[in-house]
Amino acid sequence: MPTSRRAFLILASLSLLAVASIGLALTVGSFKVSCAEVLAALLGQEGGTGDVVLQLRLPRALAGFACGGLLALAGALMQVLLRNPLADPYVLGISGGAGVGAMFAMLLGLPVLGVDGLAFVGAFAATLLVFGLAHGDGSWTQTRLLLTGVIVAAGCGALVALMLTIAEESKLRGMLFWLMGDLGQSAQWWPAFAALIVALLLAMPFARELNLLSRGLMQAQALGVAVGRLRYAIYLLASLATAASVTTAGSIGFVGLVVPHLVRLATGNDQRLLLPASVLAGGSLLVLADTLARTLIAPQQLPVGVLTALIGVPVFLFLLSRQPK
Amino acid sequence: MTRPLLEARQLRVEIGSNTVVDHLDLSVASGERVAILGRNGAGKSTLLSTLAGLRPPVSGAILLDGEDASLLHAREAALRRAWLGQFQSDPFGSTVLETALTGRHPHLGRWDWESTRDAELARSALKAVGLDGMETRQIHTLSGGERQRLAIATLLTQAAPLYLLDEPLSHLDLNHQMAVLELFAGTARDCGAGVVMVLHDPALAHRFCDRALLLHGDGRAEIDSVARILTAEKLSELYGYRLRQIEDRGHRCFIPE
Repeated sequence: MPTSRRAFLILASLSLLAVASIGLALTVGSFKVSCAEVLAALLGQEGGTGDVVLQLRLPRALAGFACGGLLALAGALMQVLLRNPLADPYVLGISGGAGVGAMFAMLLGLPVLGVDGLAFVGAFAATLLVFGLAHGDGSWTQTRLLLTGVIVAAGCGALVALMLTIAEESKLRGMLFWLMGDLGQSAQWWPAFAALIVALLLAMPFARELNLLSRGLMQAQALGVAVGRLRYAIYLLASLATAASVTTAGSIGFVGLVVPHLVRLATGNDQRLLLPASVLAGGSLLVLADTLARTLIAPQQLPVGVLTALIGVPVFLFLLSRQPK
Repeated sequence: MTRPLLEARQLRVEIGSNTVVDHLDLSVASGERVAILGRNGAGKSTLLSTLAGLRPPVSGAILLDGEDASLLHAREAALRRAWLGQFQSDPFGSTVLETALTGRHPHLGRWDWESTRDAELARSALKAVGLDGMETRQIHTLSGGERQRLAIATLLTQAAPLYLLDEPLSHLDLNHQMAVLELFAGTARDCGAGVVMVLHDPALAHRFCDRALLLHGDGRAEIDSVARILTAEKLSELYGYRLRQIEDRGHRCFIPE
């Protein structure tokens, strides 16, 4: 159990990191804006550079923060739900379903809203499908849920590949960017941001029960957790959080897997601290990665999912190698 | 007249297609200790978790302190009975003290953090099982026996009036086996706790329990005082192996022929 002083310090420094990352995202880019100009724009003063900051960079940074936070939160919840430290938000096929929906919308040439809408429908359909299949006989073990999720994800992957092969050349680039995760195409920042706040507010009251759930179903039940209801709720919450993020920015990988692990190293496994800390760290990480993605080969842009994966893979392998045997 | 801590009425428990017990009536009063004995696979653990209200019986009812366990909220049930499972697995790291503190969960409100009093309770529970000084150790560095004693400390921290123990002695060496049994005997004597435990050694059951429930694995169950039911004849039939009984200063011992 972390002391409240330590919890406060960790959350305060992560909040600072979040503010700093968003500040950096506002100033850095192919078009340089000084800190003073950023401040002026944020305070509502009209100016030449204000439009870049307020209309382009701020929405993108906020969308990135929301998606990173949502993914990290969903990852932490999935790891508890499946009692598997290697689980991530996509392990149960949610991103696969969203991918099928989004690719289909792009194949039809629908506008951004249509792509987002179908992606969300796909994510939700995959969630229900996995749950329905794993739940078949009324009992659902973690293993069964995990296997069903992996199989559904594989099936979705095949459908996505099929649609990529029959798509016109001109649409391929957009489709690939979506699949790798890209904040450049997000239409609105506030739906993801609202989803993040709601999801965190819904998860926090159950944080101590999640601590017990991670120790085993029977143990948790014996200690007074209504395990059945809690698992439904967590599954639904993690799925919706993932769907909100995927709908906004495509399937950005590794944030949901790596961030809860990194945070766990610093805070321990108390969900009361782990969940909010993961949200802050995940959001900051994605904003920083996206700033890099915009600037590394500017004026060209990289899909941010490529960067998070490039950062995430070595970090994860390092964590894996130092896990106690 | 006080209510029994645990009451089973016309209980029928099945596992797979096997009947564990049928029409079982059982009542455990304050201060009473009951042993459950039977062969591997007879359904001892299944029966115990059913008595704890953790799985539903096929028919019949479980009453925890007079109230139907199936109607109690999980948290309310956790204030009436503590259950020790056979397996502890922890995919995520945690310290010894944090683990012991999980026992306080049913006593805390949704937004409460563990207080210093809760921490004191957990520390004294750790001391009672000989784990004092190990509060900050990571649980995956503990040995099997230490892990088992930590689980018992968590149970003591839960401070419920009824203990349901599934093989409380597993992984423990002799001195710790005796210490744990004496601990629960003391809790029953001094605090009026009820104890139901699955045991493998009939001699220890005779020494530390008032009554014993023999599970034959085919739906038959017998319950009686340990003096009457723990005999060479009964146990030979129960385990399907000839046993000889030896008495020494009031303690019974059973030796395989």
